[in-house]
Amino acid sequence: MSKSLRQARSEARGDIGACRDDFPALAQKINGAPLVYLDSAASAQQPVAVIDAVAEYHRHIHANVHRGVHTLSHRATEAYESARDEIAGFINAGNRREVVFTSGTTESINLVAQSFCRPRLRAGDRILLSQLEHHSNIVPWQLLCDQTGAELLVVPIDERGELDLATFERQIESGVKILAIAHVSNALGTVLPVADLVRRAKQQGVPVLVDGAQAVPHMPVDVQSLDCDFYAFSGHKMCGPTGIGILYAKEALLERMPPYQGGGDMILEVRFEGTKYNDLPYKFEAGTPNISGAIGLGAAVRYLSGIGMERIAEHESKLLQYLTEQVSRVPGIRLIGTARHKASVQSFLLDDIHPHDLGTILDHQGVAIRTGHHCAMPVMDFFRVPGTARASLALYNNRVDVDRLVESLAQAKEIFSQ
Amino acid sequence: MNRAANDLSTAELRELYRELILDHARSPRHFGKLSAITHTAEGLNPLCGDKLRLYLQIDDDDRISDAAFEGSGCAISVASASLMTDAIIGMRTAEAVDFSNALIASVTGRDSPVELGKLQALQGVREFPSRVKCATLAWHAMNSAIRRDHNPASTE
Ligand SMILES: Cc1ncc(COP(=O)(O)O)c(C=O)c1O
Repeated sequence: MSKSLRQARSEARGDIGACRDDFPALAQKINGAPLVYLDSAASAQQPVAVIDAVAEYHRHIHANVHRGVHTLSHRATEAYESARDEIAGFINAGNRREVVFTSGTTESINLVAQSFCRPRLRAGDRILLSQLEHHSNIVPWQLLCDQTGAELLVVPIDERGELDLATFERQIESGVKILAIAHVSNALGTVLPVADLVRRAKQQGVPVLVDGAQAVPHMPVDVQSLDCDFYAFSGHKMCGPTGIGILYAKEALLERMPPYQGGGDMILEVRFEGTKYNDLPYKFEAGTPNISGAIGLGAAVRYLSGIGMERIAEHESKLLQYLTEQVSRVPGIRLIGTARHKASVQSFLLDDIHPHDLGTILDHQGVAIRTGHHCAMPVMDFFRVPGTARASLALYNNRVDVDRLVESLAQAKEIFSQ
Repeated sequence: MNRAANDLSTAELRELYRELILDHARSPRHFGKLSAITHTAEGLNPLCGDKLRLYLQIDDDDRISDAAFEGSGCAISVASASLMTDAIIGMRTAEAVDFSNALIASVTGRDSPVELGKLQALQGVREFPSRVKCATLAWHAMNSAIRRDHNPASTE
């Protein structure tokens, strides 16, 4: 059957299975077996549309942006800026001035910590995080604590991997200066009730940063309806290139924040007596940016929108349910992360097999999962495990992937039962 | 997966997780502390979170009279530490360092100048480059302990 016919039929059924063919990396064999890629939470594969957009840029468009009268510079600037527009639309930002290109979630969070929070914090002030944060939403705040004498306050989680909301209620009223919280946990898959958390924080006048690295690839995200002040995410987890990401921030806040880094592009006028900074968002984009990355991310957003984030969310949610059911049936499985509302991720342990050994055995059968602490050591400490095995889904996964995972777990058991 | 490929892949895995390795991983020998410790070092493998501490008792004669280790890690790193402590007790330090270098050479695919005996079981990692660090962790820690190097031995 031709691809377009197959695609048309499956689209008529409302399923997005045919999109798998758009990802050339998925068509290869690993260790003699067809690749089963279940590590999209670490980094997602890229569709041809993204690969081609980046290649086309390198072939015909490349020049520096915002600084040349020649044709290529103009084309590069247009491509770069229209990627910003696509991304602004994708997350429903108020306007394009609120969308800052960064190198990724990590840089976005550091930017907020240093530019927005650092001047406002005094010794003894509190920063509220949760126990399930990724290290990149912990360490920037610890650095800030060292610089200002502020303290971290941590919302606990329960055995399912859900936030302890009763404790949160008390903590948010205890003089917190910023709430920095994940939208979706990368280690457990928990979807946090971010809109509710933001509402409570607003009642206390607490600004909120949401780490959306694991949410944007898997569900529709509307930053205006969430009403958060800052929203950070990475291109490479949403089928875009590495080294590019976004900080969304409310315009009024960005206006008042000092630049994060100094350099070219972020200025209007430089004199040794003083420098006038550029308008938003350029004030926060010092130096030559990752132009091809931004263009690739724009293409990724167009690709995902073409399929539709609602459909992606529905597909992944059904598949995650299937995965969790199938994996639970394997004798000796312990699921880590059983929140009622989850996205994309299932962590687990099998018998007393160390996750790293499990990872090797699965890889040998072409099944790629992540093993270890997932840059979330406080989560591992909570569950008293050194690490977990984690299968994570994206739009291109299907039931065959899940079945292959389960088969390979059976083989791991067999090898370890000698 | 076709059957031949499957069999081949299983064979390599069985080579890696031999009975001897699984046995030492499940019931590591010399696991715990020593009453008298003269040399110690920590081994860290940040990639997979393996973390072990090695204790040596080295007598005036420069002979390793006892060895033990504590910590947690994957089957390969624990089995390797267990097999190592078994092997080095009774060796002089210079001999242990030579042996360690020979083992590291052997698991990274080079020819070993020394007869490794039981420890040949660790050669299964040759087909698994990402696991070589697990197999060599304890040995790097032993080299640091003998050198009295106080930084944790890291495989990075
Ligand atoms: C929840 C979460 N936050 C932040 C990050 C960091 O993203 P990056 O490494 O792209 O900056 C990740 C990536 O692993 C993540 O999963």
